[in-house]
Amino acid sequence: MESWRQQPLVFWIFILPGGLWLLLFFMAPLALVWLFSFGERAGVIGIEITGTLANYWEALEPLYLGLFWKSLWIAAIATLATLIVSFPVALAVSFASRQMKPILLLLVILPFWTNLLIRTYAMIAVLRTNGYINYGLEGVWNGVSAATATVGLGALPAFQPLTLLYNNTAVIIGIVYIYLPFMVLPLYATLERLDRSFLEASLDLGAGQWRTFFNVVVPLAKAGIISGIILVFIPALGTFLISDLLGGPDSQLIGNVIERQFKAANNWPLGAAMSFLLMYVTFAVLALRSMFMNRDV
Amino acid sequence: MTASPWHMRPCPTSRRRFLQGSAAVAGSLPWLTRPARAAGQVNVYNWDTYIGENTLAQFTEATGIEVRYDLYASNDELFGKLREGNPGYDVIFPSSNFVERMVAADMLLPLDHAKIPNIANLDPAFTDPAFDRGRKHSLPYFWGTMGIGYRISAAGDTPPKGWVDMLGGDRFAGRMAFLNDSDVIRITLKYLHYSLNDKDPKHIDEAAEALIKAKPGIKAFAPDTGQDLLISGEIDICQEWNGDILQVMLEDDDLNYIVPEEGSLLWEDTMAIPKGGPNLENAHIFINFILDAKIHGEIATEVKYPLPNKAALEYIPEEDRDNPAMYPPEEVRARCEPNIFDAERDTLMEKALTRVLAA
Repeated sequence: MESWRQQPLVFWIFILPGGLWLLLFFMAPLALVWLFSFGERAGVIGIEITGTLANYWEALEPLYLGLFWKSLWIAAIATLATLIVSFPVALAVSFASRQMKPILLLLVILPFWTNLLIRTYAMIAVLRTNGYINYGLEGVWNGVSAATATVGLGALPAFQPLTLLYNNTAVIIGIVYIYLPFMVLPLYATLERLDRSFLEASLDLGAGQWRTFFNVVVPLAKAGIISGIILVFIPALGTFLISDLLGGPDSQLIGNVIERQFKAANNWPLGAAMSFLLMYVTFAVLALRSMFMNRDV
Repeated sequence: MTASPWHMRPCPTSRRRFLQGSAAVAGSLPWLTRPARAAGQVNVYNWDTYIGENTLAQFTEATGIEVRYDLYASNDELFGKLREGNPGYDVIFPSSNFVERMVAADMLLPLDHAKIPNIANLDPAFTDPAFDRGRKHSLPYFWGTMGIGYRISAAGDTPPKGWVDMLGGDRFAGRMAFLNDSDVIRITLKYLHYSLNDKDPKHIDEAAEALIKAKPGIKAFAPDTGQDLLISGEIDICQEWNGDILQVMLEDDDLNYIVPEEGSLLWEDTMAIPKGGPNLENAHIFINFILDAKIHGEIATEVKYPLPNKAALEYIPEEDRDNPAMYPPEEVRARCEPNIFDAERDTLMEKALTRVLAA
């Protein structure tokens, strides 16, 4: 840090491209949307910034508040599920041999190279009534049925496909699938740096595998867990594509409502107010994180 | 701002664009050109898969005007693109309700009918619509209906007749899909025998209640993917656009499309000239060319949408002309209405939709 202060020119040369980029293409549009949220529609395309709070009041109506609450829940459950699925994966990768590591990491990242829309459509093909999961189950079912028939126990009743698609569970499965790499990678990064001698000490001193995991590994991986939770929770909170394609008749999330305000409903001020309410929730989450982190230090 | 056509986004058929580009370069070399009656080019912005395979080449052949052709997937995309100024398009294809929206936003130029003699070919039913009186800003390209797609074998001996089969009972409970936009409110107004342009908040509420009542039997509110759900066997009946169902009917004999007896939404895609385009003259020549009976008929033969062009009907296959799913009988068509743009009502319907989906 000292050397940066002695070399202000170098500091500015390094910071300028990224800083300008953020200012022009992140802060400026965001500020515009923030202004829209205090505006009124004027004609078809005009928005007059009048300083009104009406959009916020409308966004806080029980109808939308219920959807905010529901979106928070879905995002929270999906994030928890992602954490539970990711932890063993990250652990396995960090304990894998040097040759296997890059391959396993590649397998985690690989789906990420495909477009989000296509991955979501792939989930439809997996989950639907005539989808791959039901095909697989039907095959197993028919095999068992044939076996019980030959031993004289009689055949099983006909296979009833599971209803996996077009409900809230499908939305959660979709979020877990899409955002898994965001959880695995930060977890892996902290687990990789974890000092193995702590684990040996814990096991040598009589703690079992489970106790070592919960009392030693998890606390040491806390930074990674928190980063992963934030990286999954925030995009899950605003998702609309996944709920649109995989959700059922009651899977509307606040992201869907916001999307409609900017497109079909052509009500940018209301959409802007809703997105900023969502952003305030995000800020609250980030504030919680820094509180947690500071308590440790 | 007069933006150049080079600001157009790269289109997926980049190879074709490359060829057009080289043709344009060739066109600037006088010893290589065909004798041309008119010079220059025209920049056309159209829906994807919505023109004949040879139409543009035929146009260039007949007029010497090069076509730069660009594609969009929804009215929202078109509107969003032109919202902050025309990036250089001469002819666009907005749907009827967006014609009104764009006229209200002062984005369209009035058409010079004297330069489009082929207007005489149009079916009189399309010459004075409520959304554009006297056809000042738009001319019809294709039209169609919103209706019901269903699996014939699942319907048994009594095929569905109208919205009542979806909204008025549990005949298809758990096997139905609707669209997840405010058109679902509009068709429910038709089911309740109101106009789909009804702006009485009580009637819109009534429609929302009817949908909420039917909700336990609804499998999904799909983003215009009803035809996929239908063909994959996920559902047996859905609210969809005619073109989407007609396309999957080609793949699966067990599917059918009806225009509901209560009436439905009539859509129309139009040709219009946005303000700020660089080639006003050529835009009129292009629109007139499309309305030519033979050309319009050939496009319809390929894209399978109903024609508003009476003279062109003789150029389409007889089985299309006699297909009630494409050209519904006059008394059914009379009960269908186009969606009229009204910002206040659209906001009410949007909110009703949010309420239905949240219930």
